[in-house]
Amino acid sequence: MNRTVNIISKNFKKYNPESIEEYLELGGFEALKKAIEMGPQEIISTLKTSGLKGRGGAAFSTGRKWEYSANVKGDKKFIICNADEGEPATFKDRYLLEYDPFKVIEGMIIAAYTTGSTDGYIYIREEYKYLHNKVRKAIELAEKHGFLGKNILGSGLNFNIKVVSGAGAYVCGESTALIESIEGKSGRPRLKLTRTSKQGLFGLPTLVNNVETLAAVPPILEMGVEEYIKYGTHTSKGTKLISLCGNVNKPGAYEVPFGITLREIIYDIGGGIKDGKQLKFLQLGGASGAIIPAKLIDIKYCYEDLEEHGASVGSGAILVADETNKVTHFLKSVQDFFIHESCGKCTPCREGNRQLTKIINRFVTGNASVEDLKTVEKFANVMKYASFCGLGQTAPTALLTAIKYFPVEFYQQIDRIRKTS
Amino acid sequence: MKNCTITIDNKEVTVPEGTSILEAAKKVSINIPTLCNHPDQTVKANCRICLVETKPGKLETACSTKVRDGMTINTVSKLVRDTQRGVLELILANHPQDCLKCIRNGKCELQKLCEMFHISKSNLEDEIDALEKDESNPSIVRDHSKCIKCNRCIEVCQEVQGVSILSHAHRSTKYCITPAFEKKLVNTLCVFCGQCTSVCPVGALYEKDDTEKVWNALYNDNLHVIVQIAPAVRVSIGEEFGAKPGTKVTGKVVAALRRLGFDKVFDTDFTADLTIMEEGHELLDRINRGGTLPMITSCSPGWINYIEGFYPQLLDHLSSCKSPQQMFGALSKTYYAKKLDLDPSQIFTVSIMPCTAKKYEAERKEMSSYGYRDVDAVLTTRELARMIKSASIDFLNIEEENFDEPFGITTGAGVIFGVTGGVMEAALRTVYEVVTEHELENLDFMDVRGLEGIKEATVDLNGTPIKVAVAHGLSNAKKILNQINEGKSDYTFIEVMCCPGGCIGGGGQPIGSTMKVREERIKGIYDVDKVMPLRKSHENPAVKELYEEFLGQPLGKISHKLLHTTYSPRSEKIDFDYLQWNNEIALTEE
Amino acid sequence: MDKFKVDQELIAKIDRILESYDYDDNSVVNILLEIQSHIPENYIPEEVAKYVGIELGIPTSKVYDVITFFSAINDKPKGRHVVQLCKSSVCRLNKYQTIRDVLEEELKIKMGETTKDGQFTLRYSACFGACDISPAFRIDDKVYGNLTKGKIKEIINTYRGL
Repeated sequence: MNRTVNIISKNFKKYNPESIEEYLELGGFEALKKAIEMGPQEIISTLKTSGLKGRGGAAFSTGRKWEYSANVKGDKKFIICNADEGEPATFKDRYLLEYDPFKVIEGMIIAAYTTGSTDGYIYIREEYKYLHNKVRKAIELAEKHGFLGKNILGSGLNFNIKVVSGAGAYVCGESTALIESIEGKSGRPRLKLTRTSKQGLFGLPTLVNNVETLAAVPPILEMGVEEYIKYGTHTSKGTKLISLCGNVNKPGAYEVPFGITLREIIYDIGGGIKDGKQLKFLQLGGASGAIIPAKLIDIKYCYEDLEEHGASVGSGAILVADETNKVTHFLKSVQDFFIHESCGKCTPCREGNRQLTKIINRFVTGNASVEDLKTVEKFANVMKYASFCGLGQTAPTALLTAIKYFPVEFYQQIDRIRKTS
Repeated sequence: MKNCTITIDNKEVTVPEGTSILEAAKKVSINIPTLCNHPDQTVKANCRICLVETKPGKLETACSTKVRDGMTINTVSKLVRDTQRGVLELILANHPQDCLKCIRNGKCELQKLCEMFHISKSNLEDEIDALEKDESNPSIVRDHSKCIKCNRCIEVCQEVQGVSILSHAHRSTKYCITPAFEKKLVNTLCVFCGQCTSVCPVGALYEKDDTEKVWNALYNDNLHVIVQIAPAVRVSIGEEFGAKPGTKVTGKVVAALRRLGFDKVFDTDFTADLTIMEEGHELLDRINRGGTLPMITSCSPGWINYIEGFYPQLLDHLSSCKSPQQMFGALSKTYYAKKLDLDPSQIFTVSIMPCTAKKYEAERKEMSSYGYRDVDAVLTTRELARMIKSASIDFLNIEEENFDEPFGITTGAGVIFGVTGGVMEAALRTVYEVVTEHELENLDFMDVRGLEGIKEATVDLNGTPIKVAVAHGLSNAKKILNQINEGKSDYTFIEVMCCPGGCIGGGGQPIGSTMKVREERIKGIYDVDKVMPLRKSHENPAVKELYEEFLGQPLGKISHKLLHTTYSPRSEKIDFDYLQWNNEIALTEE
Repeated sequence: MDKFKVDQELIAKIDRILESYDYDDNSVVNILLEIQSHIPENYIPEEVAKYVGIELGIPTSKVYDVITFFSAINDKPKGRHVVQLCKSSVCRLNKYQTIRDVLEEELKIKMGETTKDGQFTLRYSACFGACDISPAFRIDDKVYGNLTKGKIKEIINTYRGL
C-alpha cells in the first residue's frame, strides 16, 4: 500500500535536471509568477497558514522567519540555502538537489522576492561535491532564462545565487557556523548577540533556510495553502521528506503526510525489517535525535506526538535498528560521530564528549561501574543545558533517551567482565 | 534609554536596557562566577561557567545575555549549581593538577573557582593532554597542556596587538590555541610582548623565569651585581603585595633589592634621561640634515620586534637609540666599570622590567659593547616580586631607601617613560628648550597623555610647527605605519609603545592589568613626575656629568658606539645559538 | 618526509585559482579545497598555506585554523586517491566492518594508512549522506554503495594507475 505523497517530491525522477525546459513543462516557475502576483505580505501570511516549519531540524515557523527578514531594512540582504545536510541518516536534501534543483532555486527566488534579498548562497556540503556543478549548472540555466539576475520577471527583484562548498564539518549546519565558513573562517558557531535576520553574513541581514523548507514553498503557493493543509495533522501541517534507512528493506527518501504512524512508515513504505528480523529501536532525526523503542511505533509521526515521547522530527531521519543491535554499541557509533564533529570551542561539548566517549566505551566493553551510569547521565545533562550551540546540546539526546527506554541494556554491561569471569 | 526591571534571586533591580545579566547581578551584590570573561575583552561565552536559569529549565550565560524586562533570574538553583559544577569538573578532568608547583598558584582564576565551588571528588577520569612546553624563546613559556581554551590570548594577540601569531586550530578534543603549524614561538614573528601572559587566567602562558639565574649571580662572590629598575615597576609592584594599583613604592623596591643582596641599586630613569638627550638630538639632526622622517622611538622592544618582522621596509624610520635598559647596560660595563676600576666581566647587570620582550632585547646580538653583554639578566615585575617573597621581606612595611649614585639621579622626564606618551612628552620638554632656548612655561603636554589609541599634538619650534603622534598597542601602531607606507604621514616624530597604556601595561606587570588598573598606574607615574625637583632630562646633573666625563656630546663617537644600535628584518626563523653563551655567565658558578 | 617543494608550476596554478576567486579572503575555504585538488599528495603544505595567507592578507595562523578545522582539507600528505569508508551509526547497523576488511585486504593497508606507492589512502568518514545505499564508501568525489566483495575489487581496480 503506497502511503507516500507527491508534493515536494512531485518531480523526482520525472525530468532531466540539466534541462530547464523540462522543468518548465512540469509547471516550473509558475509558483514564482504566482508569488509575484501575490506580493510579499500575502506570501508571508500564506506560509503562516501553511504551518510550514524549518525542515532542517529547528522547526521554526517559516512564515514568521520570512516576516522578520522582510521587516529588516538593508540594501544588501542575503539568503542562504543550508545544504550542509550532515546529520547522519539524513539524505533527503540530496534528493532535492539531485532530482529537482530548480525547485530549490525557485524557492530561493520566492524567498528573495518576499524578503527583498539581493544575494543568495547555496552552501552544499563537500561530501556532495558531485552535486556542486549540477546545481551551478541549474543556476546558470535559470539565469539564462531570466529567473535570476536583474529585474526578475519584471518584478523589480535583482537576485543572484552562488554555490559555496562546505569542507567537511557537521557543525557548519548550524547557521552561525555556516556563516563563519562562508566568510572564510573555521566554522565554529559564533555568539549571536542579535538575530541573524538582522546581522548575519558579513554582518548584514541574512535569512538561512534548509533546502527542503525552500523547496516546500513553490508547491504550497502553486497548489494553494488550503489544499496543502489538508495533509498532516492540526498542529503539524503538510508533508515531510523523510530519510528512511538502517535495517529496513527499502531505504530511501520518501515524502509522507504528518500524522502517518511510524509503523506505516517502516512496514508499508520501508517494506519492513531486513531478513525478517524484529524491530528493536528507532533513532529519529539523525545522530542528534532520540532513540525510541519498538513498542512506540504506533505513535503518529508529527511534531506534537513525538515531543510527548521525548523525540522530535528533526531533519526527518528515521533510522531503523533490528533486534541484533546492542543499544550501548549503537551509542558508541553515535558518540564517535560527535567526538569527531565537536568544534571544541565550548567546555561542555569538548570535554563532555571526551568523557562520554570514555564511559560509553566502558559500557561497550562491559567494564562499566554503577557510578558510570550516574556520571554519564549527569554529564549528558551538563552538555544538554550548558553547551554553546545545538551540536553540544543535542549530542547526548540519544544517550539520555537510551537510558530512559533501555536501562537494562546498561545494567547488563556493568561489571559484565568481572561477573562472567 | 529604556530601563528593565528584573528579579535576580528574589531581589528586584532596575538597569538600563542592554545590560548583561552579569552586570545586573553585580548591582545586587551577586558575583556570578566567570572564567573566559575579561573586563577589557569582547564577550566570548565559551567556558559556560556563568550559566544562570532564566526560565525554569533554561540556562543562559550571564556574560552574553542581555536583561529583558520582567525577567526572573535564578543564580543558585539546583540546575544552575549542578551545571556550573559539572562544567568545572569537566575542565578539571582535562587540567593538570599540579597547582602547588604551578607558577600561577594562588593567582589562578580556575583555582579560585575550585575553591569557590569546593570541588573535591569527581567521578570523571582525568585525561590531560601531554603537550610539550614551548620554552624556545627568552621571554614567554607556553604550557598549553594547562590551556582552558578561553581565547583571551587570541584576542590580545589578534585584535590588540594585531600580530595574530596565536589562533585556535583543530577541533573537538584536539582543539587548541597555537601558532600556525604548531610552531614554537621563536620560529614565528611573535613580538614577545607578553600581553597573552597577562590575560591568561591559568598557567598556560607565563614569563620565562630567570630568578634562579639572578640568585646565582647574587651568590657569586666574584661578581659585582647591580640592578636597574624601570619607571613602570615602581607604581605596580606593590599590587603583588596587596597595595592598590598605582601606589608608588620606589623606596621600598630599592630597600628590598638591597636586602636581596644587590651591590648597587640604580634607576633606569637615569638612562631614560640619557635616551632623551640622544634621541632628541637625533631628531633635530634628522630635521636639520634631511634625514628619514618621521622618526619613531625605539625604546619598546616588542615594538622593535614588530617593525622588524612586519614592516622591515620602514626600519630607517626608527631612532637608532638603544632603549634605556640597554643604554644602562652599556654604561655599566664601561663608564661604571672604569669608575669602580672593575673588569667588565666582573659586573653582572640585572634589570627589573615590566616587560617580557626586554628579556629578548637583552639577548640580541647587537646588544653588547666591547664584547660584553649590556644586560645580563632581565626580571619582570612579577619575578622580582617572587624573589622578594621568597626572601621573606615584609615589602609593604620595609623602610624606604634611596637609589645609589650616579645612576640614581633622575628627572620627572625619565619616569614618564613608563606611560604611553611619556617618551614623547619628555622629548618635547627637552627639544623645545634646546631649539628655542626658552624655558617651557607648561611642562605638561596633555595632548599626548591618556589611553586614546593614537594621540596627536603640534608643537611650535621657533615658528616651525612640528606634528607628532603617539601610538600604543601594536594594532594602533599598524595604522600609523600604514600611513607612512602609503606616503601619507605628515608627522615628524612618533612614539610607539608596544603595550596598551605603555610600559605600565607591559606583559611582565602583575597579573590583572585591566584598563582600569592601567589608568591607576598611569596616574601614579604622573604623580611621581609632578613632585620631582627636576622634570627635564637635559637638566639632569648626572647626565651632564656623564657627557663631560665620558661621552663628550650627544651623538658623539662614544655614544654612537655604546648607546646606538642597528635593526634588521626578522624572518620567521631566528638563530638563537648565542643564547647559550649568555646563560653560561650566571650558571657556571654556583 | 622531504620538505614539500613549491615549484613555479604549482604557484602558477595557485595564482590562477586565487584570481578566479578575485583574491577574496572570504573564499579561503573553497580556495584551499581547490588548491588541494591540484596537489597530488592531497594536502595543503605549510609553504602553500603561507603563500595563500600572504596573497589573501590572512595571518598564517588563521589559514592553519581553517586547514585543521575542516575534515576535507588535510594538513598532512595523503594518497592520490582518498578512500573514505563511512562508519556512521547507519553504516554500523549495516556492518561497514565487512567492507573495511575487504578494502584493507585489497589495498594491503590498514585504516588511516597510505599505500607505499602513494596511490591510495584509506580512512573513515563521519558520514557522507549515502545512508540509503549503506554501507558505502567514497573514492575522491565519487560515492559507491550497495557493495559486494567483487564489486569493491572492481571499483578499486578502476582507480589503479589513474
